[in-house]
Amino acid sequence: MKTIRFFAAVAAMLVLLLPAAGPTFAAAAEGAGAFKKDKAIEIPFGVPVDEAWAKNPANYAVYEKPDPDIKIPVETVSLDARKTTATLGFKDPLNTAAEYVVDAKDVTSAGKVIGSRSFLIKKSQAQVLFTIILGAMLINNFVFTKYLGLCIFFGVSQKKETAIGMGITFTLVMTLTAIFAWLLYNWVLKPLHLDFLKIIVFIGTTAIFVQFADTILRKVNPYLFKKLGVYLVLIVTNCIILAVPLIQTDSGYGPLQSISLGVGAGVGFAIALFLMACVREKLEVCRVPPTFAGLPIAFIVTGLFALAFLGFSGLSIF
Amino acid sequence: MIKYIKLLWNGLIPENPIFRLALSLCPAVAVTTSVANGLMLGLAVVFVQVFSSCTVAIFRSFIHPRIRIPAYVIVIALWVSVIDMILPVISPEVYDKVKLFVKLIVVFAIIISRLELFASKQPLVPSFFDGLGMGIGFLFGLCLIGAIRELSGAGQLFGYDVLGGVKPLLVMILPTGGFFVIGFIMATFNWLEYKITGKIPASGGGH
Repeated sequence: MKTIRFFAAVAAMLVLLLPAAGPTFAAAAEGAGAFKKDKAIEIPFGVPVDEAWAKNPANYAVYEKPDPDIKIPVETVSLDARKTTATLGFKDPLNTAAEYVVDAKDVTSAGKVIGSRSFLIKKSQAQVLFTIILGAMLINNFVFTKYLGLCIFFGVSQKKETAIGMGITFTLVMTLTAIFAWLLYNWVLKPLHLDFLKIIVFIGTTAIFVQFADTILRKVNPYLFKKLGVYLVLIVTNCIILAVPLIQTDSGYGPLQSISLGVGAGVGFAIALFLMACVREKLEVCRVPPTFAGLPIAFIVTGLFALAFLGFSGLSIF
Repeated sequence: MIKYIKLLWNGLIPENPIFRLALSLCPAVAVTTSVANGLMLGLAVVFVQVFSSCTVAIFRSFIHPRIRIPAYVIVIALWVSVIDMILPVISPEVYDKVKLFVKLIVVFAIIISRLELFASKQPLVPSFFDGLGMGIGFLFGLCLIGAIRELSGAGQLFGYDVLGGVKPLLVMILPTGGFFVIGFIMATFNWLEYKITGKIPASGGGH
């Protein structure tokens, strides 16, 4: 029961944080432009500008910050009702992870030219991190859309109790592994040009933290330790934990992004385990055809969950 | 010779890693959206399984039983690193789709369980055939699932249109389809065993 209350508290905190985070993001974008979805940029002038000047796409030069020579053509321009904010529309989707610069030439206000303006457009760090967490948790849930960690998923999802315990252990181990793998890769392997050893190094890191979780859990919660049994040690040979460091090195994530990926993947896995455990407790008393009993029916149920999680694929907040 | 053929057959059907032992299911669902992907990963697994089995069989008397698991993991990681460098040269496009799972072969339960159960106790030649049998069994499983999903989902086989542009069940190449196909194939195997032996087999290990 304690663990369920803990989960409820975490969920409540997340819900409270969401609206509070809104203004922070807006404040971070002040004085600069902001992305509107991935095909438009919004730039505030601060003063009402002339419509005839603002509606001419030739007055704007847009480029990615690292290459000022590659200009991105502006397709449409629209002004808001107060004529202080322009929205530039583009034909191709922008890479919202990169930084863009918008140069507005000879800004004209009330018939007078008041000089050129430059705007920097980038996502704030908080936005990027939140997107990674949400992506790993729901949109690309590691179990239902990336099919990682199925062995443990089917192994410990028989009871809600063990599922919650395993979920928390997993999140902890995964976050710690993500941090350490980042440190090892960027501070040891890369400077020494030993990239090709990363598989061996990462699996060693994972093994250390599983041993760590094993020792702690044995003291803190011997009952749960007994329940998890062999699956606790099996975390070492689990693809989901090894996948996190591999994905973060492939995508070139920074330290904070790596931690977010670890947390998101862990929480996503915990959610998947808990959902599955709820269904499997009910399945115990159902009359399943004998040839489907056990794993086959569990697979069909997982397939249905995956179908439901497909609904998250269109989700994008920023 | 009969003994060796038996070992090969054992890995293919009676102890098929995917459908009977229910080991290493993650890649079985993930990469099998087409036969080519399944074939690529299956070949990588055959390579790693055979070479790891042979390595462990040769050095089995030098490995202290207490540190055997870390030793096995290092051996597997070594061969995975090798195949991870070979595959992109053979077929860059297909490798791009399966590269995460090629690296994850290190943690496939099937490989380490064969090392523990077979190669650590048997000499080189039987270990070779056991590894080959298990690898081919895995390859067979991946190709079967891949063929079913590609045919029913995209109406193609190996990228060639075979159903005249008809795409019967798009859901099969989506994440969901993999789970359904494996569930139904497992049930079919159970049903066949029931018809032949008259009893419902216990479900697989699941890890």
